Amino acid sequence: MSCDDKVDCGRRRLLVATSVAGGVAGVAVAIPFVSTFAPSERAKSAGAPVEVDISKLNPGEMMTVEWRGKPVWIIHRTKEMLADLTKIADKMADPQSNRTMQPEYAKNEHRSIKPEYLVAIGICTHLGCSPSEKFKTGAESGINPEWTGGFLCPCHGSMFDLAGRVYKSMPAPDNLEVPPHYYLSDAKILIGEDKKGA
Amino acid sequence: MAAANVEKYKSDGTAVGGLLEWVDARFPLMALWNDHLAKYYAPKNFNFWYFFGSLALLVLVIQVVTGIFLVMHYKPDASLNASGVPVAFASVEYIMRDVPWGWLIRYLHSTGASAFFVVVYLHMYRGLIYGSYRKPRELVWIFGVMIFLALMGEAFMGYLLPWGQMSYWGAQVILNLFSAIPFIGNELTLWIRGDYVIGDATLNRMFSLHVIAVPLVLIGLVAAHIIALHEVGSNNPDGVEIKKKKDEHGIPLDGIPFHPYYTVKDIVGVVVFLMVFSVIVFFMPEGGGYFLEFNNFFPADPLVTPPHIAPVWYFTPYYSILRANTVNFFWIDAKLWGVIFMGLGVMIFFFLPWLDRSPVKSIRYRGPLFKWALGIFLVCFFILGYLGMLAPTPGRTLVSQICTILYFAFFLLMPIYTSLDKCKAEPERVTG
Repeated sequence: MSCDDKVDCGRRRLLVATSVAGGVAGVAVAIPFVSTFAPSERAKSAGAPVEVDISKLNPGEMMTVEWRGKPVWIIHRTKEMLADLTKIADKMADPQSNRTMQPEYAKNEHRSIKPEYLVAIGICTHLGCSPSEKFKTGAESGINPEWTGGFLCPCHGSMFDLAGRVYKSMPAPDNLEVPPHYYLSDAKILIGEDKKGA
Repeated sequence: MAAANVEKYKSDGTAVGGLLEWVDARFPLMALWNDHLAKYYAPKNFNFWYFFGSLALLVLVIQVVTGIFLVMHYKPDASLNASGVPVAFASVEYIMRDVPWGWLIRYLHSTGASAFFVVVYLHMYRGLIYGSYRKPRELVWIFGVMIFLALMGEAFMGYLLPWGQMSYWGAQVILNLFSAIPFIGNELTLWIRGDYVIGDATLNRMFSLHVIAVPLVLIGLVAAHIIALHEVGSNNPDGVEIKKKKDEHGIPLDGIPFHPYYTVKDIVGVVVFLMVFSVIVFFMPEGGGYFLEFNNFFPADPLVTPPHIAPVWYFTPYYSILRANTVNFFWIDAKLWGVIFMGLGVMIFFFLPWLDRSPVKSIRYRGPLFKWALGIFLVCFFILGYLGMLAPTPGRTLVSQICTILYFAFFLLMPIYTSLDKCKAEPERVTG
């Protein structure tokens, strides 16, 4: 800034200093307003773990429970279904679950603690729709003759297998998320927590 | 300023004249009236396409007025009532069934949303064919695109409020778009939702933005749009500047005062519009599922996505562009590409004034290249809009990919084809 006879440099400096101070104060005032958008303490504390009884879930069936407002699927897979997972592995984008969409104990081909039971959040990793179950296999499924059962997202057509693994070249980038969970007993699962000490 | 304004209006001796003179010495009433209506000279050759600006203003008024009355009965509350129905959903049913004439106010508002996009799309198309975005009207156009953006936000947030299945899952999809942004996406989405899932916090903030923040922005932008327009003057179907030929009083030879000529003409447009609008409101308010989607008559269920979800018709072209991106490209997920292209699809309109290199403005004097390009663009826009309503199949995805490429080609190749085009000579004055 150049000072000449017409400008009182002392006043100009004061003007700049007060403007800067005012600007800083303005930004500081914006912080509480912006912060109100974040989840409230009540929203953070909601989300207790959910206990689920799986004794009545027959092989080949699935059930849906709500955890933190999201659908969680529990699928009791048959031997054939598990065998198919290996057969179609090369059609999967991430067959070995290398991207972190699951706890360590579910990082395997069947993406679960016990091979027959899958626990997964039924929310498509693309834009959050809940995929529809397509358990009918082959031509009967209406998807393709090689279909071995799985899920089809109604919104953008992403397809998942019965381990929640996404097929290659789908809008969804990742496999379905596996929530933290552990077995309280053979018939009871607690969803929302890792096993204590594990 | 005030002194000059006093000179502008002198009383004719009547009581009304005296009052006006008194006001004018304190507020530029006659100056505003003259600058924007009585002495705003608009080209005399406006045609059918010039109805949609004033109609958009009319629909804005309809939306504001009906909205004020809806807020008196609507409750933005996602908790379940004693019957197990979300309070927000139940309050909309209450408006429809129990509030006297509530059904009419709500149908005016819901039909008004679609009508808004009909007139705004036609208004934008008018700009495209007559080159209304060209110099010196770049800012008029930019304010207009900002209005379009604000309107999209307003429509999206309004659609969440009935808290039906489409409200919920539509919001789920659209808000999750932000999660595609690298590094900050998930935190940003959480911040926007205000909860780990779409819920009461989301509903309440969308309500606040829908009824206060965005309408204020919209009205401000509309004012800026009109002030900028009246500064540079309206374009016309010939795309020639009427200000180049003025009479001895400095009035454009081809200009006529907006009031009474175009105010009266616009009333004809208003009457015809209201006839069509009323038929829809009274006889087909759901618009065959296009204006109010059938799945939205079910209360929001966070556990079940409806088997077929699609946005309301005015978003479907952009929704198709989003879905058309299925390939991971470079190191970026297809999901992020979809979001980028959808955003660019709207944002690219901002650059139109600088992409067009044609020596003429109006389609009347443009060459075949532009006409073909515009025709292909229009067809693609409709195909994308149609496909956006349908469930995706590999064939449809391929068609929407082709249309997406052509959509962007219209803009990105514009500097080339508009400079190569064989244009006709513009006339000196408007042609009638």
